[in-house]
Amino acid sequence: MTAKALPDKVDYSQFPDAAGHFGRYGGRFVAETLMEALHELNQAWQNYRNDPEFLAELDADLARYVGRPSPLYHAQRWSRQLGGAQIYLKREDLNHTGAHKINNTVGQGLLAARMGKTRLIAETGAGQHGVASATIAARLGMECVVYMGTDDIKRQALNVYRMRLLGATVQPVDSGSRTLKDALNEALRDWVANVDDTFYMIGTVAGPHPYPLMVREFQAVIGRETREQMLADCGCLPDALVACVGGGSNAIGLFHPFLNDAEVAIYGVEAAGAGIETGRHAATLCAGRPGVLHGNRTYLLNDENGQIIETHSVSAGLDYPGVGPEHAWLKDIGRAQYVSITDEEALKGFHDLTRTEGIIPALESSHALAYAAKLAPTLRPDQRIAVNLSGRGDKDIYTVAALEGIQL
Amino acid sequence: MNRIARRFDALRRAGRKALIPYITAGDPRPESTVPMLHALVAAGADLIELGVPFSDPMADGPVIQKACERALAQGMSLRKVFELAREFRRADSETPLVLMGYLNPIESMGHAAFAAAAREAGVDGALTVDLPPEEAVEMAALLDASGIAPIFLLAPTSSDQRIQQTVRLARGYLYYVSLKGVTGSAALNVGEVAAKLAAIRARTDLPLGVGFGIKDPPTAAAIAQVADAVVVGSALVAKMGELADDPERMRREVAASLAAMRQAMDRVAAPAALAD
Repeated sequence: MTAKALPDKVDYSQFPDAAGHFGRYGGRFVAETLMEALHELNQAWQNYRNDPEFLAELDADLARYVGRPSPLYHAQRWSRQLGGAQIYLKREDLNHTGAHKINNTVGQGLLAARMGKTRLIAETGAGQHGVASATIAARLGMECVVYMGTDDIKRQALNVYRMRLLGATVQPVDSGSRTLKDALNEALRDWVANVDDTFYMIGTVAGPHPYPLMVREFQAVIGRETREQMLADCGCLPDALVACVGGGSNAIGLFHPFLNDAEVAIYGVEAAGAGIETGRHAATLCAGRPGVLHGNRTYLLNDENGQIIETHSVSAGLDYPGVGPEHAWLKDIGRAQYVSITDEEALKGFHDLTRTEGIIPALESSHALAYAAKLAPTLRPDQRIAVNLSGRGDKDIYTVAALEGIQL
Repeated sequence: MNRIARRFDALRRAGRKALIPYITAGDPRPESTVPMLHALVAAGADLIELGVPFSDPMADGPVIQKACERALAQGMSLRKVFELAREFRRADSETPLVLMGYLNPIESMGHAAFAAAAREAGVDGALTVDLPPEEAVEMAALLDASGIAPIFLLAPTSSDQRIQQTVRLARGYLYYVSLKGVTGSAALNVGEVAAKLAAIRARTDLPLGVGFGIKDPPTAAAIAQVADAVVVGSALVAKMGELADDPERMRREVAASLAAMRQAMDRVAAPAALAD
């Protein structure tokens, strides 16, 4: 752990700076052709982020369309079984469209409409952000194009069909590793060519400034609610927070409102895939090093020549060789700890929660659950862990069945 | 004065415009690159942009994406690009060589190590596509101190304020992206390009090159009338991809394409120089 700053002296609400930097991370590393579009987006965002009318409309949509606040559920039976801290699940799986992604697309959709844009584009890996984008486009009556790697299209057929039902065009991306990173490249290329009428909805806290900030603010509703709900339940803050990290939007959403509370321990859980030692993983913060990709400086999985390498995870939503720049910074200054969970451990978490609490979690969220199950027995029964149950597992049942040799 | 400035100076005195071909280093094979560079010079190239392949070339269209994939599949890397540059320099001490690529391979090598290696290899300029001036202050100073020109992009969307910010850091020449899109895109409007170049000229004396979307001799000739340099990439790289299995024919035909652009440019540029 490097000691570049003292965590207890940092006011986390002051980051990023005006140019989007979290320490040495973040920023705006794109071709000149996109700089004006980012400037325009940032201006619009700065205008509306504190605008009472915008925020009132956002809150109303979150309440009536998304179904917020999502419950904070005390998983008593599972906690007893684990024999340690009490586990609370933030039920983002109960949101409209089944994951936290909609919090962000509702917000960006309102912004796109105010900017007079008529066309939405998005990248997607597992398809959750694609579905959330297509959902908002349908509601706003906008054209929607979702870029998706051909390998991901194969393993997420259900979400591809959902997007098409919603009226979106799913544009297959056959370049590079044919997964999320390549979908992002292709969406950026589309945006360059169509900046006048097109709004690019990035689904995570990565990309060039202001995306990491803007997406964080839309997702921070998760942490704000968790804080209020925990205070209402026990009059205290949780002792620990746990969330999975691919790009890291559900994690930042949960973590950010607690960053200034030094007594709350924070754990981001990355995908160790077949095991970090095998090289087949997506644990960017645990095993990567800093570099520049997709418009920001952050930790990356890249080879000794700076070429981005292919990642692996049973969960398509964590299968990304970068990570949001704020996580990179939180790691370096030691405010959050980043750990990893293998495919096998995540699958066990998936089954354990399903059988114990009657909740089928997404494979992404199952990584957070599996880590919470390791952490709980190390804490006392009067301590509390809040876990972000970022999505529901319906989309993953084909993957899980196939791994068990069952053809559905 | 480095090779880039000397070359533009000589061209200006001769009343000619610069022709700058782009190829991706190591495409289709590492051993084909240096012979191709010499063939391009023989066909009329005044400067060369040598692409450093990257796994995620976000600003490039399908043609250069595929070239990057071919080169990387052959094991090409930034270190090997420097080897190719050194090899080229052994037989050509005058033609300016500019590396064009993305930031991450440079980050991986280290900025200072990159500047030193570029100087040692006889490279004259570096255009880093995803390094806009806001993030480039340190790097530009480092390159400048090593005698490597930091070359920047300007776009149809660049505001006057951004133009001013860019020209403060830029050396060598400015690369104007002629259209909203990726490399190899379709249409380019010469009138719009001319108008924007005039706005940029009001802010700098650096030579202005134009690229993205220049596919044929007539477009090259039209751009040569309003710009100081014409950059052609995808049109050549596409041909290299098609003829990858026949290196001899590839070299001949790519050189012939470039020569046709050279001739078309020279036909129109000479009278323009007299009128200056």
